[in-house]
Amino acid sequence: MTDVRHDRAPGDVPSEEVQAWSPSEALVYSIGLLVALVLTATSFWVANTSMLWPGGVGLGLAVLAIAQMGVHLVFFLHLTSGPDSTNNILALAFGLLIVFVVVVGTIWIVTDLNDNMLMPSSSDAMNMRMQP
Amino acid sequence: MNIATTIDGVPLEALHSASEAGPAPKRIVVAYGFWIFLLSDIVMFAALFASYAVLVRSTAGGPTGAQLFNQTTVAIETVCLLVSSYTCGLMSLAINSRNRLGTYLGALITLALGVAFLTLELREFADMIAHGATPQRSAFLSAFFTLVGCHGLHVTLGLVWLAVMMVQVAVMGFATSVQHRLLCFSLFWHALDIVWVGVFTVVYLMGISL
Repeated sequence: MTDVRHDRAPGDVPSEEVQAWSPSEALVYSIGLLVALVLTATSFWVANTSMLWPGGVGLGLAVLAIAQMGVHLVFFLHLTSGPDSTNNILALAFGLLIVFVVVVGTIWIVTDLNDNMLMPSSSDAMNMRMQP
Repeated sequence: MNIATTIDGVPLEALHSASEAGPAPKRIVVAYGFWIFLLSDIVMFAALFASYAVLVRSTAGGPTGAQLFNQTTVAIETVCLLVSSYTCGLMSLAINSRNRLGTYLGALITLALGVAFLTLELREFADMIAHGATPQRSAFLSAFFTLVGCHGLHVTLGLVWLAVMMVQVAVMGFATSVQHRLLCFSLFWHALDIVWVGVFTVVYLMGISL
């Protein structure tokens, strides 16, 4: 397992053959926790503040969430761009592709269907009653 | 660019020796297989997220998310799960250094925070159902309970798994198979936290600003 030519297991800390509790690894988790907490607090602030343009809040929240997911992947799951985790990254990339296709495709198609539906009334409450 | 330099940067002889190194150790194979399972689990959550996003406005005249969600509860739940992910990471460090006390301590805190998360979530569900916001009320609530409930179910299973793992550590010690299972557990727990980031953003925070 000390063989660097092998891949690294996903979620494994880099130097797992080291027996001693090296402080740098705990530090990596602590930095991750701190950054994630800051991003979470920012998300809650963005959702509640009236200082920002309301139209951009949704996009801002999405960006903050994706950033936090990235922080979790790097600091908690120890994903790197190194050659020993290429397989992990490729599997993740494929998973993200499917996630993207499913989410964006569904929203796109169903929004399109809703828009093309001939609704008898323009009232929003009427639309909502028809949908489910 | 990155990929190209990696491939170009590796000397030809290194590639030969990598293929001659034989099969990867079991730890890597097990964790990689579990990683692929987790990604398929995330694809399932993506389908639930997509259906939630499509149905979020279909409230059928019933309560909307803005009327139902309590942000303080969600914030406490988020912190609970995030810190439990952190203690789970510290637990895997203790496991790597064969530190029994550290492992138990990390597992105990992770378990307690997970139970706190679940308690808050179940209380929230019970509160909503008591106010008539049941899954049958509207398509929005069906999608909500399916998505958030599925995540809660994963957390419940994770807690049971962690409790079983602690019994295995007590009985079998840090056997290789036990270490592999603990590595898979920490992957599972971190992945659940990543899904929760999506849940609290899409469901709760975007829900109140709709």
